[in-house]
Amino acid sequence: MGLNEKPHEPIARLQHETLQGKASYDLADFEVPTGREEAWRFTPLSRLKGLHNGTAQVTGQVVTQAYTPAGVSAEWVGREDARIGRAYVPADRVSAQAYSAFEKALVVTVPKEAVPGEPIRIEVRGGGAEGASYGHIVVRVEPLAEAVVIIEHQGRAVYADNVEFVVGDGASLKVVSLQEWDDDAVHVSHHHAQLAKDATFRSFVVTLGGDLVRLSPSVSYTAPGGDADLAGVYFVDAGQHLEHRLLVDHSQRSCRSHVDYRGALQGQDAHAVWIGDVIIRVEAEGTDTYELNRNLILTDGARADSVPNLEILTGEVAGAGHASASGRLDDEHIFYLQARGIPFDEARRLVIRGFLGQLIERIEVDEIRERVMDAVEAELAR
Amino acid sequence: MSTLEIRDLHVAVEDKEILRGVNLTVRSGETHAIMGPNGSGKSTLAYAIAGHPKYTITAGQVLLDGVDLLELSVDERARAGLFLAMQYPVEVPGVSVSNFLRSAVTSIRGEAPKLREFAKDLKNGMDALSIDASFAQRNLNEGFSGGEKKRHEILQLELLKPKIAVLDETDSGLDVDALRVVSEGINRFRATGDTGVLLITHYTRILRYVKPDFVHVFAGGRIVEEGGPELAEKLEAEGYEQYTKATA
Repeated sequence: MGLNEKPHEPIARLQHETLQGKASYDLADFEVPTGREEAWRFTPLSRLKGLHNGTAQVTGQVVTQAYTPAGVSAEWVGREDARIGRAYVPADRVSAQAYSAFEKALVVTVPKEAVPGEPIRIEVRGGGAEGASYGHIVVRVEPLAEAVVIIEHQGRAVYADNVEFVVGDGASLKVVSLQEWDDDAVHVSHHHAQLAKDATFRSFVVTLGGDLVRLSPSVSYTAPGGDADLAGVYFVDAGQHLEHRLLVDHSQRSCRSHVDYRGALQGQDAHAVWIGDVIIRVEAEGTDTYELNRNLILTDGARADSVPNLEILTGEVAGAGHASASGRLDDEHIFYLQARGIPFDEARRLVIRGFLGQLIERIEVDEIRERVMDAVEAELAR
Repeated sequence: MSTLEIRDLHVAVEDKEILRGVNLTVRSGETHAIMGPNGSGKSTLAYAIAGHPKYTITAGQVLLDGVDLLELSVDERARAGLFLAMQYPVEVPGVSVSNFLRSAVTSIRGEAPKLREFAKDLKNGMDALSIDASFAQRNLNEGFSGGEKKRHEILQLELLKPKIAVLDETDSGLDVDALRVVSEGINRFRATGDTGVLLITHYTRILRYVKPDFVHVFAGGRIVEEGGPELAEKLEAEGYEQYTKATA
């Protein structure tokens, strides 16, 4: 069976199409981007190592391993598995490329009402940045189950993948995704969460390493009562391009979404891109949504592009807002700390850590919070 | 025994001269009050000594035990023994009071304090200033009331034990109870006898609690009159009018 012939409810497909302009499992449905498209205009295509135009050779060595606590299953399945592609339809050329080229998918299932005592760990390790690799992960949290997933990306790689989080009725999923790639890595990824009735999704993205990382987290709802919280921190050093493109599609009534991404940038040609798209459809009455992006620009030569888009098609929202701010370190903060004897470098670290830490301290799971704080500390100590 | 010597200090902000030749010497064990009308340059003196980047020194020297503070960075001045209690302490998001204080104490002492010892000092200091224990976990100055900010400044004064403390309108915005608590803190700090205090104020009220040895009247960017505590009483009775007229 070809991928395009997979049985999908036509209605689900239609929704995707209205939102994205285009969504398809078929690579041929997407033209090779030129960089003039809205979706690609910030991304330096020349550094994608051919992920976008079919020239990448699939000779990469990315190894994905899952470590699951008792009661949680992790399976490697073939492309024909019915659980693949149910929640997410590729929305751009690289995503479709990854979808059409992965060999095996990892499917993690947390059974109904299960509450595993430990997080599920997924390690994605790159063994070289010469050839490309493609991946696909599905995390299924069945009704009323509660799970924590930690995904770690490390090493050297040219990697494109799609990750589907399927959160069942009344279920809860907390995810942290750490991008701690080596300096020459290229990673293009879509993380899509589909929330059923009263489902809760908490995502924390930490992007620190890699030459080019383009991560597109998105959320859709299949029933009322879904609650999504998407947070992220990034630290962009000289020459790095770290891009986060968020999309929350409110198509059901009485759902909530909250987006808060913060980044610090330093060095020549450090480039951060944040796109925050939220759409509230006609039928999504009682939606409560807020999105925020803040950038701390530490040196000259760094650039942050921050574009919030809020499209409201109904007159009945509970709350809808967005904010975006990019600025420099505040001289008065630094002066105050220095006036207490704290040397400049340390004062600067304290302020940056405080800026990102306000977000990190909201992470409810101790282990995740410490893991994220450690990653940021390590970055600040560099 | 320490000495802060301010010699013929001239300071400008964006090419506008604010201080026009300030001369003042503060020794350990002495408390000097600088009083003056708004806009006379009192706060400029405080911030220029501490090294705020907004102020440009155009002439003069500020010596602490013979070391020219003006050659040092802001943090080096603090480590040399200078402390500035600020009139408007800035809010620093995400930096907790306890984390900040530990970093400051570590920097000033040159080594990290023993955790238990530091916790004890902090608790005693907070108790003495009637600061609630939850305060340590709050973000630096964030959402603090005016009184809380000033108590926190004095807490730092007591923890950091500088050689010379410059208190910039620490009394402004305080009610009588808070003023008493803050004054007691300053007096505990003075009682050691090996520190000097330069107390900048607009009002004589705080001088009833913190008795100065010397009073200097500041107007038009320089000291225009000097005397003992009795000068403060004269100012209380007559106001600053005679000085502002003279320099206008």
